[in-house]
Amino acid sequence: MTWDVALILVTDGLANGAVYLLAGLGLVLIFSVTRVVFVPFGDLAAFAALSLAAFETGRVPPTIGLVAVLAALALATEIGSLLRRGEAARIPKALLTWGVLPAVPCVLAWLAARPGVPVAVHIAVAVLLVVPMAPLLARVVFQPIADASVLVLLIVSLALHFLLSGLGLLFFGPEGSRTTPLTSAMFTLGDGFTVSGQVVLMVGAAIVLSGLFFLVFERTVAGKALRATAVNRVGARLVGIRPVRTALLAYGCASLLAGLIGVLIAPVTTMYYDSGFIIGLKAFVAAIIGGLVSYPMTALGALAVGVVESFASFWSGALKDVIVFSLLIPVLMLRSFLAAHSEEEEDEVDQ
Amino acid sequence: MKSLMQTLARGTLAAALTACGIASALAADLKVGLSVSLSGPNSSLGVPYAKGMQAALAYKGEVEGRKIQLIVLDDGSDPTTAGRNARKLIEEDKVDLLMGTSGVPAAIAMAQVGKEAKTPMIGLTPILLDAAENPWVVTVAQPTQLMIDAVVERMKRNNVKTVGYIGFTDAWGDLVYNALMKAAPAAGIKVVSNERYARGDASVTGQVLKIVALRPDAVMTGGAGTPGALPFLALQERGYRGGVYGQHGLINPDFVRVVGAAGQNALMPTGPVIVAEQLPDGYPTKKIATDFRAVFQKVNNASTSDAFSAYSFDGWLVFADAASRAMKKAEPGTAEFRVALRDAIFSTREVVGTHGVYSFKPGNLYGVDERARVIVKLDNGQWKLAP
Repeated sequence: MTWDVALILVTDGLANGAVYLLAGLGLVLIFSVTRVVFVPFGDLAAFAALSLAAFETGRVPPTIGLVAVLAALALATEIGSLLRRGEAARIPKALLTWGVLPAVPCVLAWLAARPGVPVAVHIAVAVLLVVPMAPLLARVVFQPIADASVLVLLIVSLALHFLLSGLGLLFFGPEGSRTTPLTSAMFTLGDGFTVSGQVVLMVGAAIVLSGLFFLVFERTVAGKALRATAVNRVGARLVGIRPVRTALLAYGCASLLAGLIGVLIAPVTTMYYDSGFIIGLKAFVAAIIGGLVSYPMTALGALAVGVVESFASFWSGALKDVIVFSLLIPVLMLRSFLAAHSEEEEDEVDQ
Repeated sequence: MKSLMQTLARGTLAAALTACGIASALAADLKVGLSVSLSGPNSSLGVPYAKGMQAALAYKGEVEGRKIQLIVLDDGSDPTTAGRNARKLIEEDKVDLLMGTSGVPAAIAMAQVGKEAKTPMIGLTPILLDAAENPWVVTVAQPTQLMIDAVVERMKRNNVKTVGYIGFTDAWGDLVYNALMKAAPAAGIKVVSNERYARGDASVTGQVLKIVALRPDAVMTGGAGTPGALPFLALQERGYRGGVYGQHGLINPDFVRVVGAAGQNALMPTGPVIVAEQLPDGYPTKKIATDFRAVFQKVNNASTSDAFSAYSFDGWLVFADAASRAMKKAEPGTAEFRVALRDAIFSTREVVGTHGVYSFKPGNLYGVDERARVIVKLDNGQWKLAP
């Protein structure tokens, strides 16, 4: 292996690592606030990528229908639970939150599917279209079982992934899609070594977004509420933070991340209806390296996963994924040695 | 009251007799059972297969004055369902012939049932079976070796001395690699790499870097469908200048869509039907391929650009030819007819189809020769005949 090759592999690895970083942040965010390992995260990214591809081929993305149906389901669930609790007066507000708000990206997407709409609008709408999905799914599926054990939540989350990837197959067909690059710029560094603008964009997006994350958690009330819920839900409730609301905020942020991942990687990899799962799985490895709580460790883990994957594909293409997932074994062993086994299962909190 | 009863009884009797009459008329028809993937991951191939079959039915709906009845079942891309469909077609519908399906494992499952129930089958995919042990099945698809031989011939003509290989980690990747390893040394071409990737992989940068470092004159790819586009894209990204060759698994509109400019000038083998209009007038399959295009357009109200619907059409032609000879020996719907049909299929001589000219003989699943392949070049998203 020469330095050139190593350099190319590192660049490729960092570009992939940037994607896993964003996905890992989303996973850690959701897990720390709600104890849900959000397996369908990757599916949402795939939905964003395939919706963008649908716009490019001049079709109306079927995701619109999915969001609309989910919104209707969430609205029905919300109204049902309000009526049961005898709080009918709050129905208009629920109508606004669960009916009108998710309908906005649907209408925008519908309008953007006309010919002659600039690419930038398509990208923005493809991301927006994904944003309501995780909160809606959470309202319909996870909120009613928020007190269940981590294992039950994981199983439900896995089932949700299978449902979504099945819908993806139905909507987008078995063949993959690739979108036109967001930028065609090439940067030449030194001796004939080039980096494509798309890779720079991916790494840049990861840096900027993790920076934003840091600022939001450190400087804003909402971020502090998220952190507080993550640290101790009972305590958070005692100081007036509503877990339901913070959970929805977490899902919304993660959904936004998934949408951004989708449009960032769609031009460099062919996205299939089921590509999301493997992205989610590798991000999960990164999140495990971060112990599902630490953002900086997750970021480092994601970059490590990306680089290891890239080098593994050079040494043995067939064993690439085996090598990446084998990373979990030493990490888990190390963590189990270092972790203090003082407390048993965490206290369960009711909403 | 009594008269009413009598009328009712007479009516029932008459109805029963008519039903018997219809049933006996149906039994006299030729029956073809098609199981194909109309849903599931293979449906992108299964749907064209079914459409091609409808075109074939419209093109040739009867043999020697007997109508052909086509029964279509969906196997949902699942081999188990395909096997069950085959059993249902044989036991309940009493078909004379099985046809199918879009996946190789599912086609094998069907062939096994056909063998058990002594019903001939015309497969539409390259079925991987021992021909000596499966005397009831043939296939109209081209054998992989025949196609790869054409690629190697073309490499030799283009003065390729070394070739790098990159293909799927699955059976398809192995099949193409083995065929390449068999043909290349004989042509004086050295295969310098055997890189693999999975269908779902996001990037093959590592594998392609390794190939580019070896500086082969050409690269052969062993992928299929849209995931098959990945090596083309990665090679272009690395600025590879040599020729890139593909195989017939890539002849698919979705591949063309995804590969885009990176597939420019890529060479691959396919059945001649893909470039029917560009064939010289004397080419044996040109006329029937043009006829097929016309009848497909009429039946499905859309033009055809895929290879799969044409396989269905060819299978149907082989069946119609064999049935006309088998009917001289036995009555359709009987076990004797199925044996006669099997023997007739295995004595098929020079039946001209859209993909090639078919001649089957016992002990061989495949029935095509060099006339069943042409090399095409991808030129601005269109397949062009590369003479």
